[in-house]
Amino acid sequence: MIYSFLFPLILLLAAAAFWLGYSRSLKIADNLGGIKNLHSLPRHYGMMTALAGLLPALLIYLIWVSVQTGVVDARIISELPESLKVETKGQNALLLNDIKNTVAGRGSIGHDPAIDEVAQRYKQIRDNYRMVVSAVILLLMAGLTTYSYRAISNTLRARNIVEGIIKTVLMLCSAVAILTTLGIVLSVLFESIRFFRIIPIRDFLFGLSWSPQMAIRADQVGSSGAFGAIPIFAGTFMIASIAMMVAIPVGLLSAIYLSEFANKKFRTVAKPLLEILAGIPTVVYGFFAALTVAPLIRDAGGFIGLSVASESALAAGLVMGIMIIPFVSSLSDDVIHAVPQALRDGSYGLGATKFETVRYVIFPAALPGIVGGILLAVSRAVGETMIVVMAAGLAANLTANPLEAVTTVTVQIVTLLVGDQEFDSPKTLAAFALGLILFIFTLCLNAIALYVVRKYREQYE
Amino acid sequence: MKPTAGADQDNNTEDTGTEPARRKAGPDLYTEFQQIVGNPYVDNPRMVCRDVYVYYGETCAIKKVSIDVACNEVLAMIGPSGCGKSTFLRCLNRMNDTVSICRVEGEIRLDGMDIYDPSVDVVPLRAKVGMVFQKPNPFPKSIYENISYGPKIHGLTKDKHEMDEIVETSLIRAGLWEEVKDRLNEPGTGLSGGQQQRLCIARAIAVSPEVILMDEPCSALDPIATSKIEDLIAELRTQYSIVIVTHAMQQAARVSQRTAYFHLGNLVEVGDTDQIFTNPKHQLTEDYITGRFG
Repeated sequence: MIYSFLFPLILLLAAAAFWLGYSRSLKIADNLGGIKNLHSLPRHYGMMTALAGLLPALLIYLIWVSVQTGVVDARIISELPESLKVETKGQNALLLNDIKNTVAGRGSIGHDPAIDEVAQRYKQIRDNYRMVVSAVILLLMAGLTTYSYRAISNTLRARNIVEGIIKTVLMLCSAVAILTTLGIVLSVLFESIRFFRIIPIRDFLFGLSWSPQMAIRADQVGSSGAFGAIPIFAGTFMIASIAMMVAIPVGLLSAIYLSEFANKKFRTVAKPLLEILAGIPTVVYGFFAALTVAPLIRDAGGFIGLSVASESALAAGLVMGIMIIPFVSSLSDDVIHAVPQALRDGSYGLGATKFETVRYVIFPAALPGIVGGILLAVSRAVGETMIVVMAAGLAANLTANPLEAVTTVTVQIVTLLVGDQEFDSPKTLAAFALGLILFIFTLCLNAIALYVVRKYREQYE
Repeated sequence: MKPTAGADQDNNTEDTGTEPARRKAGPDLYTEFQQIVGNPYVDNPRMVCRDVYVYYGETCAIKKVSIDVACNEVLAMIGPSGCGKSTFLRCLNRMNDTVSICRVEGEIRLDGMDIYDPSVDVVPLRAKVGMVFQKPNPFPKSIYENISYGPKIHGLTKDKHEMDEIVETSLIRAGLWEEVKDRLNEPGTGLSGGQQQRLCIARAIAVSPEVILMDEPCSALDPIATSKIEDLIAELRTQYSIVIVTHAMQQAARVSQRTAYFHLGNLVEVGDTDQIFTNPKHQLTEDYITGRFG
């Protein structure tokens, strides 16, 4: 069965084509008196011959792999016997499932002989298609390889062709990343637009009350739902602020210590240790926050007579801050390292101490980069999910008290999308709207951060 | 070809075969200490260096160098790359302290005070022995702040008025005042290369040093900027002692009164600049000056 070996066969043919092109160019070179008389090197001719067949073959193979189920399914549905004809899409899908199970030898439900028959037919159709596709691919490869093999001559610019192809492949790879991002943004955007058709955007952005638990079905009892996102934004802002209050001083000062004061031995030990913090899964931070820090803060608060919620913003913020420390410190460390030694020498040469040099020369010179790093850290804090899901509350309280429970954008998205849901209820769609806002916010922060870093980078050049 | 004391010494050690492991293969004629040719001492020394050794880890970069720096003179230090002249220069204000593997032995005195004495603080020392570097390195601050930085950290001024004065006189002395007086608040990094280097000199002057060390101050500058700096050096000599490391022998001949020739960590010859450039006594000095190597 040629189809099962199609992919290895394609590669094998390409390898053969490479060898053919390579040896033909060598032969031409021999006739002309050496490789230097060829426009390109033999390996370029070989590569060109190989790619000429390989790329179209792979393209067709990929297209076939992605459409084959659909094509075969459509064929079999169109020629179902009367006895098996069904009306709805869902029933069709069930039927197809049954057929495929039979084909795969897992047996059908009820062992209907009609199904067995159809399964036979399905297999036949599928194998026919596969045969055709294999033949097309192999013939195409053979033809294109022959064509490019014939085209090899000493004046053919094989190197330029090969490099052009490689450049295109590189471009396609970067396009995949960009298009994926674009796709995500668009899908979030369209769902958000659906949401804003039900809930006006003004109510969403400026409303003070958030209670998304509304009745999904008509017979359910539930509140009517309120989608004012201000309490969520405020909660996010508060937790992120607490996190940054922890992360900025600790991270920055540790970066200054590590890069300017610490001796080499301490640095080689401390820096990887600090970076381990960045490697701890956020879910571990999450239960650290929920099980250790939050009760600690509650008990400490109770001790001095404060009432602290057991899921306080303070606990989540503190732990998130700890999580971000390595982020701030390693970015700042890089920036501080990038300050040229000449500036340090200039300062020491004037009799400045290390502290004065750090305070008046290095820190100001590194500040733009540090600010950029901090902005990136903020966008990380705002988008962080696991810690707040586990340690912050669900109730959307609008409060400035860090000892009370608040909720964040990410927590709400998780709660809205976990469990049973219907994708045309505003409750579910609200998650997309929140996601959109979050995305826009972090995008802006990142853009500003990159701009700041880039703008001031050349200042000490 | 080169009948020197070093060669004899080398042959001797080879004959006796001592310490073979520490020696490199092949004839390594001038890595041992040799006697300094010429008189390295002066009558009115500001800085006095005696038997100075500098080590980078195991490597000996400077071997038993003794030399004086007189008041109001420009001492030029020349020699091929890697001969240790910059290393020696950086010993004079303890800039080598920032290199952790660097170790200095011997005696270096500034106005009679041993600068490597444990009781000496490098902060006032570096205020007295200023430094100008090879590449202009103004701080990424305004021109004014570049100058005021030194006086500020040393607490030399009581108020803004005094600071303004220091900034102005330093810039005037460095010959930069006319060019920048209208833009003192613009960043120092926006100046041209030659202006930046004069800014760095002004910055060094601002803390009223006694000695100014210059490590190839013109190597990154064009000829016009170089000639301005050279004029400035001649001018500054009236108030300061200046030690300048340079690769340009013309420059050494133009600006200095005395010249010291370094070779592979040794101070080979010291003398009046005129004598060194017209009538060098040591073969190595002559080879270098006539361009046979280096």
